[in-house]
Amino acid sequence: MNPFRSLNRIFRAIPVNLALILMCAMWIIPTLGLFVSSFRDKESVRTSGWWTVLSPRAVVGQTEYSTYCASCHGPNGNALPNVDLSDPAVVAQYTRDYQLLAMLNQPVNGESHLKDPTLPSNPNESLAILGNVLNYMQSLSTSANRGLGLTLSNYADALVGYKGTNTYLDDCATSGAEASIKFKCNASDLLNPEGMGAALINSILVTVPSTLLVIAIAAFAAYAFAWLDFRGRQWMFALLVGLQIVPLQMTLVPISRIYAQIGMQNTFIGIWLFHTGFGLPYAIYLLRNFIGSLPREIFESAYLDGANHWRAFRNLALPLAMPAIASLGIFQFLWVWNDFLVAKIFLSAHPVLTVQITNLIDPRGSNWHILTGAAFLSFIIPMIVFFAFQKYFVRGMLAGSVKG
Amino acid sequence: MATMPAIMKQGKWTPWLYLLPALLIMAVFIVFPTLNTIVLSFMDRTSTQSAAADCVAGQPCWGAFENYRYALTDPEMTQALSNNALWLILMVPATVAAGLLFALLAERVRYEKLAKSIIFMPMAISFIGAGVIWQFMYKIETGEGPQTGLLNAIIVGLGGKPVAFMSTYPLNNFMLMIVGIWLWAGFCMTILSAALKGLPGEVIEAAQVDGANGWQTFWKVMVPLIMPTIVVVTTTMIINVLKIFDIVFVMTGGNYGTEVIANRMFKLIVTDTGRSMAIAVILIALMIPIMISNIRRFNKQEEER
Repeated sequence: MNPFRSLNRIFRAIPVNLALILMCAMWIIPTLGLFVSSFRDKESVRTSGWWTVLSPRAVVGQTEYSTYCASCHGPNGNALPNVDLSDPAVVAQYTRDYQLLAMLNQPVNGESHLKDPTLPSNPNESLAILGNVLNYMQSLSTSANRGLGLTLSNYADALVGYKGTNTYLDDCATSGAEASIKFKCNASDLLNPEGMGAALINSILVTVPSTLLVIAIAAFAAYAFAWLDFRGRQWMFALLVGLQIVPLQMTLVPISRIYAQIGMQNTFIGIWLFHTGFGLPYAIYLLRNFIGSLPREIFESAYLDGANHWRAFRNLALPLAMPAIASLGIFQFLWVWNDFLVAKIFLSAHPVLTVQITNLIDPRGSNWHILTGAAFLSFIIPMIVFFAFQKYFVRGMLAGSVKG
Repeated sequence: MATMPAIMKQGKWTPWLYLLPALLIMAVFIVFPTLNTIVLSFMDRTSTQSAAADCVAGQPCWGAFENYRYALTDPEMTQALSNNALWLILMVPATVAAGLLFALLAERVRYEKLAKSIIFMPMAISFIGAGVIWQFMYKIETGEGPQTGLLNAIIVGLGGKPVAFMSTYPLNNFMLMIVGIWLWAGFCMTILSAALKGLPGEVIEAAQVDGANGWQTFWKVMVPLIMPTIVVVTTTMIINVLKIFDIVFVMTGGNYGTEVIANRMFKLIVTDTGRSMAIAVILIALMIPIMISNIRRFNKQEEER
């Protein structure tokens, strides 16, 4: 074989590979960013980009600190034992930069606190510098300064629904159960209704029955549409194709009014039935196309062997339709798990994961670190389902929208 | 429809026993509420009297259609409608094109499965989760510190000024659409890829033998052959875009000029049910052409079976 030809082929393949790798990178980087951030501590998430996770940590205020303070207090702030700047108790006295400025204006041992260099004479300029110094002192006194700053505390905070200014683990470690009235610092915190732990349980309680119910009911109807003869079979099925498109926005208010009247608002059975109702048109459509394409001879010979429809359904149609049922199950599972609108309207008293994430969003944006953990907690189960059953998921998608 | 095996006996009521649970649930949860919603859309916020009661003397009034006057002419709603139109015009073709590009590229490499999984993965996660992921990309740091959002960090790194992606109109709309493309390109890719794989190899080879280059083969042979699939994917995307809600809800709340129909409907659902229902009816009215074309396509496929 001509060596130039294969070389030529390699060169021609470069643009394709380059383009594809670039696009894959674009697709994966946003998720990767959130994933990396979910393991970084609060201070790192707030002050530096996730891509700096492996680089030497340049902490805000480090240069200012070494210019003005390091000569006496030492690079780690602990050179003077009685004013140990890595001691949280000392730092806690100066939460604002002007407090620090006032402190610096007091003489130490009869001499001015800052000798060389002195702060700029413009008070605004010196306050800006001191703000950074303060920031650095805070980072000295927290765990943020050690190692890469990787931690599981975001996940802990998200699971228990911690909304304080520190972290759940720190609060519990320093002051135990007195840390706050809300937390007991034991396993029961995982069930705090404001946390992702309770929401995870709610999501499972919503999703599993909604999925099983739709499969069971759709299988019966699909068998009837495929192998039974009745009036209106044709147009009823055509109607079903149309119903697949009805947006659920069309049904929210009437259903929630009925639910309010009969006391089914905020009940699990209410949301199961709603999800089942909306899953059925697609589910019946998918299963009927599959069951209807099974060879008719097997049904005929079963009948000749004395089987009735119930036995043909249970012993033939159901087992043979397993691949389609798997597709449908995964579809419905992911759809219900990831739903936000229905859960928000019908089950806000027992928030599922998606609803809980929106509850955790702080309008001031001060709890990003918790959201990173919360989002990934909500991804774990659908990701497992998705990657374990990807084949069936793709099949279901193809059958639903193309084959017809 | 597939023909019944004639020899299989069935009782008169057997089919209805199998159908009953499904028909009952669909009647209660889809058909009845849809009709009820249409009725409610002609009533005022208390749902006890005609929407005409909301009319104010001396102001424009559409009588019983008063909620529709709001839904079609109020500035909040025209903003939402035009944003949805923008999504339809820009985001749908972009997503389908991205999906097609992925499908074509992935077929040429050995790591096809891996590449496809990566593009497809966003389909496994919730729109709310996707919103969190992208808010993190678009973040802006207004203070002194370094930018912690990747996009703004790149802009600053290249010497630019950080951009408030979520509150700068009309840029924010495009940034939201990027999230939508990221979410749905995998769907388009999967279906288009299956169609491409189903193309008869001889036809492509024949075109190449006749001297067509890659570009010509693609546009003159492959695209026409997979056109039915492109239509299906596009109509599905149109429905998705008309219903677009979660992304906007979690990322901007519909503020700063990013309002969309479904979000406005959600905002009014408690405070002003009549108007909210009118918006829902407009939503389904926009989908009816697609509904009809889907049923037609289905009937045609059934005839061919």
